[in-house]
Amino acid sequence: MCLAVPTRIVRIEGEEADAEIGGVLRRISLAFAREARVGDYVLIHAGFAISLLDEDSAQESLSLLEEVGVHTRSGEGAGP
Amino acid sequence: MRYIDEFRRPESVERLLALIRNRSRTPVRLMEFCGGHTHAVFRFGLRQLLPETVSLLAGPGCPVCVTSPTDLDRAIAMSRIKGVTLATFGDMLRVPGSDGTLQEAKAEGADVRIVYSTLDALGIARANADREVVFLGVGFETTAPSVAAAILTAQQEGLKNFSILSLHKLTPPAMRAILDAGEVRLSGILGPGHVTTIIGADAWRFLARDYGISCAVAGFEPIDILLAVRALVENIEKQSPEVVNAYMRSVRPGGNPQAQSYVDRVFHVAATEWRGLGSVPMSGLFLRDAFAGFDATLRFPVHIEPGKEPPGCLCGEVLRGRVEPTDCPLFCDLCSPEHPIGPCMVSSEGACAAHMLYGEA
Amino acid sequence: MPKDTILLAHGSGGRMTHELVRDIFLQHLGNPLLDTQDDAAVWTLPRACPERIALTTDSYVVSPIFFPGGDIGKLAVCGTVNDLAMVGATPLYLTAGFILEEGLPLEVLYRVVASMAEAGREAEVEIAAGDTKVVERGGVDRMFITTAGVGEVPEGVCISGANVKPGDVAILSGPVGQHGIAVMSQRDGLQFSFPLQSDCAPLQGLVAEMLKTGRPIHGLRDPTRGGLATTLNEIAGQSRVGIEIEEERVPVSEEVRAACELLGLDPLYVANEGKLVAFVPPEVEVAVLEAMRRHRYGKEATVIGRATSAHPGRVVIKTTFGAHRVLDMLSGAQLPRIC
Repeated sequence: MCLAVPTRIVRIEGEEADAEIGGVLRRISLAFAREARVGDYVLIHAGFAISLLDEDSAQESLSLLEEVGVHTRSGEGAGP
Repeated sequence: MRYIDEFRRPESVERLLALIRNRSRTPVRLMEFCGGHTHAVFRFGLRQLLPETVSLLAGPGCPVCVTSPTDLDRAIAMSRIKGVTLATFGDMLRVPGSDGTLQEAKAEGADVRIVYSTLDALGIARANADREVVFLGVGFETTAPSVAAAILTAQQEGLKNFSILSLHKLTPPAMRAILDAGEVRLSGILGPGHVTTIIGADAWRFLARDYGISCAVAGFEPIDILLAVRALVENIEKQSPEVVNAYMRSVRPGGNPQAQSYVDRVFHVAATEWRGLGSVPMSGLFLRDAFAGFDATLRFPVHIEPGKEPPGCLCGEVLRGRVEPTDCPLFCDLCSPEHPIGPCMVSSEGACAAHMLYGEA
Repeated sequence: MPKDTILLAHGSGGRMTHELVRDIFLQHLGNPLLDTQDDAAVWTLPRACPERIALTTDSYVVSPIFFPGGDIGKLAVCGTVNDLAMVGATPLYLTAGFILEEGLPLEVLYRVVASMAEAGREAEVEIAAGDTKVVERGGVDRMFITTAGVGEVPEGVCISGANVKPGDVAILSGPVGQHGIAVMSQRDGLQFSFPLQSDCAPLQGLVAEMLKTGRPIHGLRDPTRGGLATTLNEIAGQSRVGIEIEEERVPVSEEVRAACELLGLDPLYVANEGKLVAFVPPEVEVAVLEAMRRHRYGKEATVIGRATSAHPGRVVIKTTFGAHRVLDMLSGAQLPRIC
């Protein structure tokens, strides 16, 4: 089940939150992303936040487009 | 929309395509493990934009497609029990079992309801104390944590009328099974970005280590997919198998430990039947004894004959990557989205449906 | 506002039926034709008798019956008026048959009928005949409405889905997907709040403006169930032409886009109730577009593609990245995805 959508946390109430995308609000559970704060972006799937989106990493990925030489982001898979 | 628009910019897509075209010399066969990737690739028309040296093959990453006919028959039989409300994700409604679909059972009077989250199913149970709510748990590691959370909540609340039929499956063992079967020669694998958000990029290390195959864990926007393809092409050209995280904003090496702990608490792992793959060891999630009270198979033991594959249907081989949808004799002719014979044509992530609905012009 | 609920007796044809008709239907919808309360409405055709009459019928079973931007009554009036407008007809009269569920609060019926009256005023059309039946609890989901509509087609106007020619330009009157999402946002379980309303609107005025240009219009269709994609496929089939559209040119509001991402839906397949797509010869594109943009329901009108002699019966969409793919008709119901 792969559909997950990036949304911004606008309000937190205990373990639940209101997440916003494009003006649309969705009520979600933060059971798996308890560190999320208002203003953070989370990926939501089937009503649950499954990860906190990391802005720096997103920028890093986009910056790979600028590189003329290709180097892979290894180190997170094959070795330290 | 943040984290979507930046990863769909046409100029960036063109740039990546150019980089891939420049680098790709060796013909490569990449398996898009995840049905969500198959869907995205077709929707954005990426297949025709990639160079000829790169070919993409769909894999078994569609949880609807890999639900065995027997398991589906079991769900349908449960839905027919008087007093049972079967709550399911919409994706499962039109998949043919041995004798009809959940949708047909609904038309014949079974109480089948579509939900968008396990929390909805809990809500139905709370609001209808006189009904026995059975949640049809289909999905991989992305979905399993939410089902575990629902069970824990049900336990805390002392809900007596809620149970689940767990058909949840784990993806790395399926990947192993396909590679062990040796039917397809793969150069690399596009790894499932949301599954891996939960299980962690390290869970795929075995691909490079044990099989010498590269894997790039990919998100679902066009740029995510192309970044992963480019990383795979690079590693293949260098002949240096690696497991790469191309979805850094969401995937961490260890995944999401909070989500994992929910799953570990509620489920144990055992062999289970995958359509197209047969029985795969250590690939199914089943409720632990402590949660036996929420196990629908114990609450509603139904006798089911082993399910049958529809004659002529090649879904199993499509799922293993052995054939393309267009190779199936039923494709488009007898099997279409309006009259699907096998699950690959029903599910929005099924390879056959993607081919037909988003077919290249 | 009446209290109490609909009872089976309200459908029996006796005193209670008559009181219901008087107190709710005539109260809001009353007009000389309806007020006669005969079995059929009779009117004299105008001296300049139209050669061609348009006749349409529709049923409305939407659930929930109240949604942001409208209700089943407004939908019934606008939908029927729009069917007439899509063949270039000026709407004359509608009929409305109501099937009511026992137990329906009278106040709900009152609101729906009042809304129909308001929609009728905007569409400049009256309800000339009506009917009411009541069924047992559970027999219908609160209320169903069936309509018929009659209109006159001006001389020289020949608008049909079968009339589209290769080279015709496809003009969409505004952003798509709003109605379907607005209705869905009211359904249980989805738990999302959508800031926009249904686009439900009568389009006879917009079409009248387009006709006033005096330019030929070949085809018109309002993309309701099944969305824009299904409608384009219908036209491609009827006219035996191919249709090519560009994804980038199809207007979709950010809110609809966001809701579709959340639900796993494609805006091209989501229902609209206040939009039309027009196929016109290329030489009249500018004039028609200008006329549409002057009207409140065509302000965001834009060209989205064209008809072609290639691949007759097929609709092809050019994606944002330049790839071409087939845009098929909706098959089955578009269920929100998890997968």
